[in-house]
Amino acid sequence: MRNRKLTPYVLVLPAWTWLALFFVIPIGGMLSLSLTTGNVITGFQQTFEVGNYVNAIGTYWEQILRSLFYGGCATLVCIALGYPMAYWIAFKGGAYKTTYLLLLLLPFFVSFVLRTISWRFFLSDNGVALGPLKDLGLLPEGFAVLNTAPAVILGLAYNFLPFMVLPIYAVLERMDPHLVEASHDLYANRFRAFFHVILPVSLPGVFAGVLMTFIPTSADYVNAAVLGGTDNTMIGNVIRTQYLVNNNYPIAASITFVLMGLLLIGIFSYARALGTERVMEVHTS
Amino acid sequence: MASISTTAPATSDEGTTPSPEPAISLEGVYKSFRSGSETVHAVAGVDLTIEQGEFFSLLGPSGCGKTTTMRMIAGFEDPTEGTVRLGGRDVTGVAANHRDVNMVFQSYALFPHMNVAENVAFGLKRKKVAKDEIKRRVTEMLDLVELGHRAKHRPTQLSGGQQQRVALARALVNQPAALLLDEPLGALDLKLRQAMQVELKRIQREVGITFVYVTHDQGEALTMSDRLAVMNNGGVEQLGTPAEVYERPATRFVADFIGTSNLIRGVVRGDVGGVWRVEIADGATALVAGSPDTVTSGTHLHLTVRPEKIRIGVDRPGDDVSAVQGVITETVYLGAATHYQVDIGGGEEITVYQQNVSDSAPVAERGATVWLSWPARHSYPLLA
Repeated sequence: MRNRKLTPYVLVLPAWTWLALFFVIPIGGMLSLSLTTGNVITGFQQTFEVGNYVNAIGTYWEQILRSLFYGGCATLVCIALGYPMAYWIAFKGGAYKTTYLLLLLLPFFVSFVLRTISWRFFLSDNGVALGPLKDLGLLPEGFAVLNTAPAVILGLAYNFLPFMVLPIYAVLERMDPHLVEASHDLYANRFRAFFHVILPVSLPGVFAGVLMTFIPTSADYVNAAVLGGTDNTMIGNVIRTQYLVNNNYPIAASITFVLMGLLLIGIFSYARALGTERVMEVHTS
Repeated sequence: MASISTTAPATSDEGTTPSPEPAISLEGVYKSFRSGSETVHAVAGVDLTIEQGEFFSLLGPSGCGKTTTMRMIAGFEDPTEGTVRLGGRDVTGVAANHRDVNMVFQSYALFPHMNVAENVAFGLKRKKVAKDEIKRRVTEMLDLVELGHRAKHRPTQLSGGQQQRVALARALVNQPAALLLDEPLGALDLKLRQAMQVELKRIQREVGITFVYVTHDQGEALTMSDRLAVMNNGGVEQLGTPAEVYERPATRFVADFIGTSNLIRGVVRGDVGGVWRVEIADGATALVAGSPDTVTSGTHLHLTVRPEKIRIGVDRPGDDVSAVQGVITETVYLGAATHYQVDIGGGEEITVYQQNVSDSAPVAERGATVWLSWPARHSYPLLA
């Protein structure tokens, strides 16, 4: 086997093996599982039952839409908070850039679930945040955040914020500072320099950030379970219950594929709207 | 020096006034910053006047303050002290976007998300120029830099030389009072650089706009400029035309930095009819014309002679020229010329360039004893 033509294939083999083992086979398994009937006691038979999908959409469309809505809101909150943070660290951070990035990531050394639970205390009806405001009479006694949609969205945004900040920061940090000077030189004030140069050049970072927040937030179930109470269930909670409580694997698998399909459609139309060329291009000076 | 303008610059009315204000003037400009406990002067007391329509170069080694000086003209830096004027108007402290100068960056700094035409139109759009006029001027400018056929391309799809010309067009289309160029040819290879030098001169002649050109390349500065300022350690060492700066270097730094120069130690021994007799090496005599009044007998100085001004020969020259005897330590044959290193004693070596005018053999071989001579008008005293 001293054929030079084979060398590239041999080199790519580990990557393909990895993809096959941890991507193709599990996805294929899930797909086949979503097309079975039966139960955990008598076993599942491969019947190519498309009814699972009809069933999944018919029963859970509300949770699916809510998940996409919460994920979308959390992503918007992440952009609103994350872009200024990334901008500030990249352009004003000076010698302390790494320190600020570390501070941003520091809370994430604590377990995901624990962090979410700590928000329960923070947002509870008479807790750290709302208690004093109610005592001062600034909020009505019955006012609550916990177990509402905003609580879930807030939790999601908090938990995934760094995934928005980091890709935007990476693009801004790498941007040629002369681009901003050139725009000023060509009579743009700070406002126009931002909207005509900095923002468009950083769009690939925003796109990456949106992918990395919208996908996991839409599929999350911890935040809804901990902060959302009973009325704000997301599709992640349904999948978890179907798998782990009801052991209804076919329906859980088909919901998973419905969600995946919707996310893919969403992402591709988003990429098209932004202009694929612009989003995929990595701008360097 | 009237210039024919193809784009009818906005300043054409002022052009008819008998003595227009200088395009740019710097008065006692300092730029200082703190480094730890000490204050460092990036630019230390620069006074410059750049005339309308001039091709002016700031020449110097890296860290000499030439780029900082240009950035203060552009408005990217504020001087710590001093005044910057554009067309007579004090613009010290005025932001870059309110100054009528445009810059060509060393990295070009083209906007990667816009095509060539959009890049060029950027400044005109900010100035709220009418749409059809923007279109006309962008087309005209792209034709001037010979990139009309690339208008719809992205900068990343262009070669380095083309990107360079887009950067030039993007700045020039605004018809600025002055165009600032920060080492614009630095990233290009030698052939392209030489072609662009000619191109830049052509464009400058055609548009008649003042060019301020920052470079560390003395050849570039000499060939392109009407006048240039040689900078070192934040200050201007010499200001003049390329010929003045090359032929009559004012300081040792300039003599060293521009071209090759022989620096010879000497002591003034006397004055014969306005020509100083300077003793060099081991008792030889060099003649120096028009030396400053401050020089008196016994003064130690350096004199400079360009290698191509020196004659090399076997016969002793007359008393009307500087003459010194030496031994050839090295000859380098270059085809068109031969370079000699000659040891003149006293630990000093002189470089001599001799044009190979005939097909005769070299004047002398290594180890031969020769006479070097040059007229008084070709050596200048440096007291530093």
